[in-house]
Amino acid sequence: MAAKKASPDLLNSSFSFKSLKLKTKQQELLLRVSILGLVYVLAFIARLFSVLRYESMIHEFDPYFNYRTTLFLTEKGFYEFWNWFDSESWYPLGRIIGGTLYPGLMVTAALIYWTLRFLRFFVHIREVCVLTAPFFASNTTLVAYFFGKEIWDTGAGLVAAALIAICPGYISRSVAGSYDNEAVAIFALLLTFYLFVKAVKTGSLSWALGSAFGYFYMVSAWGGYVFIINLVPLYVLVLLITGRYSMRLYVAYNCMYILGMLLAMQIRFVGFQHVQSGEHMAAMGVFLLMQVFYFLDWVKHQLNDTKLFQTFLRITVTSAILVGGIALGVGTASGYISPWTGRFYSLLDPTYAKDHIPIIASVSEHQPTAWSSFMFDYHILLFLFPAGLYFCFKRLSDATIFIVMYGLTSLYFAGVMVRLILVATPAVCLISAIAVSATVKNLTSLLRTKQKVPQTGSTKGVGSSKSSSKVTLDQSQPFHKNGAIALLVGVFYLLSRYAIHCTWVTSEAYSSPSIVLAARGAHGNRIIFDDYREAYYWLRQNTPTDAKVMSWWDYGYQITAMGNRTVIVDNNTWNNTHIATVGRAMSSYEDEAYDIMRSLDVNYVLVVFGGVTGYSSDDINKFLWMVRIGGGVYPVIKEPDYLVNGEFRVDKGASPKMLNCLMYKLCYYRFGELVTEYGKPTGYDRARGVEIGNKDIKLEHLEEAYTTSNWIVRVYRVKPPTNML
Amino acid sequence: MVKSTSKDAQDLFRSLHSAYSATPTNLKIIDLYVVFSVFTALIQVAYMALVGSFPFNSFLSGVLSCIGTAVLAVCLRIQVNKENKEFKDLAPERAFADFVLCNLVLHLVIINFLG
Repeated sequence: MAAKKASPDLLNSSFSFKSLKLKTKQQELLLRVSILGLVYVLAFIARLFSVLRYESMIHEFDPYFNYRTTLFLTEKGFYEFWNWFDSESWYPLGRIIGGTLYPGLMVTAALIYWTLRFLRFFVHIREVCVLTAPFFASNTTLVAYFFGKEIWDTGAGLVAAALIAICPGYISRSVAGSYDNEAVAIFALLLTFYLFVKAVKTGSLSWALGSAFGYFYMVSAWGGYVFIINLVPLYVLVLLITGRYSMRLYVAYNCMYILGMLLAMQIRFVGFQHVQSGEHMAAMGVFLLMQVFYFLDWVKHQLNDTKLFQTFLRITVTSAILVGGIALGVGTASGYISPWTGRFYSLLDPTYAKDHIPIIASVSEHQPTAWSSFMFDYHILLFLFPAGLYFCFKRLSDATIFIVMYGLTSLYFAGVMVRLILVATPAVCLISAIAVSATVKNLTSLLRTKQKVPQTGSTKGVGSSKSSSKVTLDQSQPFHKNGAIALLVGVFYLLSRYAIHCTWVTSEAYSSPSIVLAARGAHGNRIIFDDYREAYYWLRQNTPTDAKVMSWWDYGYQITAMGNRTVIVDNNTWNNTHIATVGRAMSSYEDEAYDIMRSLDVNYVLVVFGGVTGYSSDDINKFLWMVRIGGGVYPVIKEPDYLVNGEFRVDKGASPKMLNCLMYKLCYYRFGELVTEYGKPTGYDRARGVEIGNKDIKLEHLEEAYTTSNWIVRVYRVKPPTNML
Repeated sequence: MVKSTSKDAQDLFRSLHSAYSATPTNLKIIDLYVVFSVFTALIQVAYMALVGSFPFNSFLSGVLSCIGTAVLAVCLRIQVNKENKEFKDLAPERAFADFVLCNLVLHLVIINFLG
């Protein structure tokens, strides 16, 4: 009896919109919330490839420093962290970590960790660090939705959230495990911009205060905050010039500038740069300009008489320009206002770094961007961007002017430096979302006017039904309806190809941890090379605790974090001379190198060698940069000594200096006896594809301490000097 | 030439004075506060010129707190002024509450920065 009664109840309670009796507005709200929820989850899970394939670990180089500092923060507390002097890196100089880092990321991860512990979820801090980036990527999609709503409408907001959730340009720096500043910084950037645009739109002090806090979060998170402090004044200037100034702009910019500047100066690393550095002077200049501008506007309003006002205008403007020009001139000439630093100056003049600062030029992320990188990272967004610009120009408002400026400036900088594709990604996604949303809206409104029954099968972006009433077309042509359906199918196809491309790119290109390498064996099975961690743990367990390790600066952070030993140079690269000393040691003959190593108290030397596995990011391929950087400070190291006819070779035809320098000896010690590939002679270097020139290597002052199982990392012990009789 | 410019200046002052006395009292109070803040900032800059700028963070926090309150007071004045069409549907209580909140944040940061 009970079973029979149950089935009709089940049928009656089957889910349908009609049974819930939802009105259209509520249906729309449900649709929006569920889309946003799905996009939020999608953004998180798309970034989990490497956790599933390998394990939950921190990737690359810089994140290891961030992990080490976060660990310190959770163990010792904020006061110790803020005043930390680290003697384990940059031996013998040490590093003032508390004053030379951007604490936003570490504090965020620590707060999440403490919240979880308070809720009795006892997770390890490493898990929190690994998953911080995907979590904040999901939050960025929410901010992108609200931002899109401000600029255009809710449909554009939804499309923007969906596009940015899987865009490879953003995924590249925010996969699970990529515990780097950009993970949090892009969220802070977009939040600041959204709050500022909202402040300009509403003219409310509380939104401007919100954007000041967003700016503070951005300053605490990343050095790229300089972009905000220059873009916002540029935007204000453009608004002033185009005559769109209003009282709301005054309120928004002034509150944000003063409060933001004050909050930013609380970060020790930033310090007084907001009033002393050339990169921040644009904001101050625009601030003063606004005071003058609005003062004149107020006086004009008071006087109601143009002739008197003209004289007043002349006096004030000339005196203001004079005073401003003199102040700027005196400040720059006396050196009080420092000029643009090398890192940012090379954005304006891309050739500057190559000639003057080789360390900046050597970082692979700082190279100019190729078209293939743009296509790889943006796919269809690349041609949707100009379409979106067209729509923005059609409906100009304060908000669309902002997004256009953000898009154009960030794309210029993305063209100069590969790393900055990340900064351009939110703008490109937002503007492309406008194009997609406006197009789909126009097409579906074409469909809706033709039929009496409203279409529910169109793709995302359908906001309100009001747009249908605005479209007028010739009722007698059924061609329009078919064309609209065909175009909608085309849009759907494009967006699905975008999703497929993004997933493929994430899976293939951006999910490798860099510290663990994988390859396919002869039978298609997966082989994992875990040599880095093997070497670091060997260092941790088999060397004295006060041992000093010399390696190229790339590996410094990893050695201190995982090997727990003092290093000579690390990725912070704040002291070029120290790095040049290491570079000189690596490129000298063994005797000179031994003297340098003794002067630095080096106990162990670590090199990375890819000849056995074919790993191409090893120290031999980076060797010329060591020569250039060393030669930049010590003229005794000359690059042409290591080249033959301008060519870098390691085989028999290599230059004698190359064949006998320390790096060569350390990398190829005992390699001459090894057969690496079937059919090739012994000592065949698989990464360079040649047989090495000097197979019979004898080391006098160093001895081999450890070589990992695939010969990727090699550690040598520096022998103490022989006793003199 | 000089006479015409001095006459212009006198006309300017007189018309400014007459236009200004027509503003309501609450706006005049805010203006007085702004002038006081800027004057305090100028005194601090003059003092810094005399005795040197160490410690710089204290000098900056002093000057910026004056400039900050001046700017926030001007923002309040803009929002409360009945002649501004853009803010006519903003309640003056809300404008004052925002002003108080921003000043609170400003002074908390200043206290931290004072050193």
